[in-house]
Amino acid sequence: MRRHAVAATVALAMSGGEGLATARGAAVVADPAAGAKIAERGSARGAPACSSCHGDEGEGDPVAGFPRLAGQVAAFLVHQLDAFADGQRPNPVMAPIAAALTPQQRADVSAHFEAFQAVSPPTPPQPAQAAARGYALAAYGDWPRGLPACSQCHGLKGEGVGAAFPMISGQNALYIESQLKAWRSGARRDDPMGLMRAVAAKLSDGDIAAVAGFYAGAAVWAGQPSAAAAEKKP
Amino acid sequence: MSAPVSTGSLAGLSVALCLLAAAAALAQSPPAPSYTPPARSEVPDDAFGKLVKQGELIFLDTAAQAPAFVGNRLRCASCHLDDGRHPDSAPMGAAYLAHPTRRGAEGEAVTFRRRVQTCFLTSMNGAAPPAGDPALEALEAYAIFLTRGAPVGLKAPDHGYRRLNAPGVLDRAAGKAVYEGKCALCHGLDGQGQEARDGQLTFPPLWGPQSYNWGAAMAQAPNAAAFIKANMPLGLANALSDEEAWNVAYYIDTQERPQDPRFNGSVAETRRAHHDFPFDFYGLTVEGATLGAASLPSGGATRK
Repeated sequence: MRRHAVAATVALAMSGGEGLATARGAAVVADPAAGAKIAERGSARGAPACSSCHGDEGEGDPVAGFPRLAGQVAAFLVHQLDAFADGQRPNPVMAPIAAALTPQQRADVSAHFEAFQAVSPPTPPQPAQAAARGYALAAYGDWPRGLPACSQCHGLKGEGVGAAFPMISGQNALYIESQLKAWRSGARRDDPMGLMRAVAAKLSDGDIAAVAGFYAGAAVWAGQPSAAAAEKKP
Repeated sequence: MSAPVSTGSLAGLSVALCLLAAAAALAQSPPAPSYTPPARSEVPDDAFGKLVKQGELIFLDTAAQAPAFVGNRLRCASCHLDDGRHPDSAPMGAAYLAHPTRRGAEGEAVTFRRRVQTCFLTSMNGAAPPAGDPALEALEAYAIFLTRGAPVGLKAPDHGYRRLNAPGVLDRAAGKAVYEGKCALCHGLDGQGQEARDGQLTFPPLWGPQSYNWGAAMAQAPNAAAFIKANMPLGLANALSDEEAWNVAYYIDTQERPQDPRFNGSVAETRRAHHDFPFDFYGLTVEGATLGAASLPSGGATRK
């Protein structure tokens, strides 16, 4: 398995997104080895081991709907932890955990999980109609309803683009579904410019189930997850 | 931060501004398009359908499918949203029906194929496919397919972009602020777009060597402002005010980009011949630089 040979700079210069709070405090140089310890054993300030829910390799738990973290860009993961801690992303489980991690520790665990190869959980095939609907939304959107395609921001294969648009291919369906619903209801507010809230507001329950199922079953992006971060090292 | 630049610094524009404001006010029509182009699933299963599918492929993955004619990293679908179906982003069915049309200073009739050749030359900063080239035939078939269901006698606003009322003053610093706050997340602070993690381009470059050149329709701010207002950011159509759309279009279309293919060696003469319109900034001096004076030659990757 691939890990970072060199610590990645996590406080990536975000390309100006007003809603993406990567610049909370000074740049932190992440230490994935320190992150690995927290992921396996928890932190001194009481954060439990990440692996207890997200799995030893950040693979997530499709049955419980805990997200896969493996291979996700570290700056994106840091942003999620920040958003849990400050309530932009309300979550009774993650809020106290994120709050118990220092900015350095958030960067460390994020770099740790970025370095894992993302894998897809085994996913039962979707009914044909839902599969077609999910594919259509992913590839083409539904422009007469003002819906751009998922792939227009998350990449053709849902592999993720930069620090703001996460990898969604191979993410578990239960998690994708819960997040789309959280954006639709406005409970989740950490998306830059409200982009996901605007999209989710136009999705029906059927749309959400179809697109979540589609991406859960989509072949995961098979590149090297740390390559993107490596290029951005100063 | 750049110093504020208003149209006041662009000689001779203020009178034209007022005239254009009046014209644009008349041009702004109700948005409803006259028809809905056919769904992807309606492509017929015959020889025509095969050509349509090839056209669609070129539309979506232009450089890979028509490499001899594409000099940058844009795709047809970068600007013609919903793969050429979406109103307010120059939908292809309506474009087909709008041709032949008069265009340019000479007022000559321009056929649809000729217009597509111009797209390759300017928006794609490449080379025009020769008459009869399979790429032209396929793109034409795709556009014809997208006319299905259209009423006879299609008029604006079905094709092109729905123009915004002209602004009083353009403010480049305000445009930069809009860009950095609302566009850079996807297109990058440097305007060079963003790739997905497999290296495929997801967000198109808006200026520089990989974007459209000075001859493209999008290089004229009225088109860019209209497109931006109606479509950007993705999923947030019409979220920008007209003023924001104009200012950010001004910011984008006063950046350096490849030369106009009609360039004759003199920026001033090329401006007089092809760019002497309000809100066309080619050849004007903005923040100390004359736009077009230092441009790379047009043609990008298609240059020998």
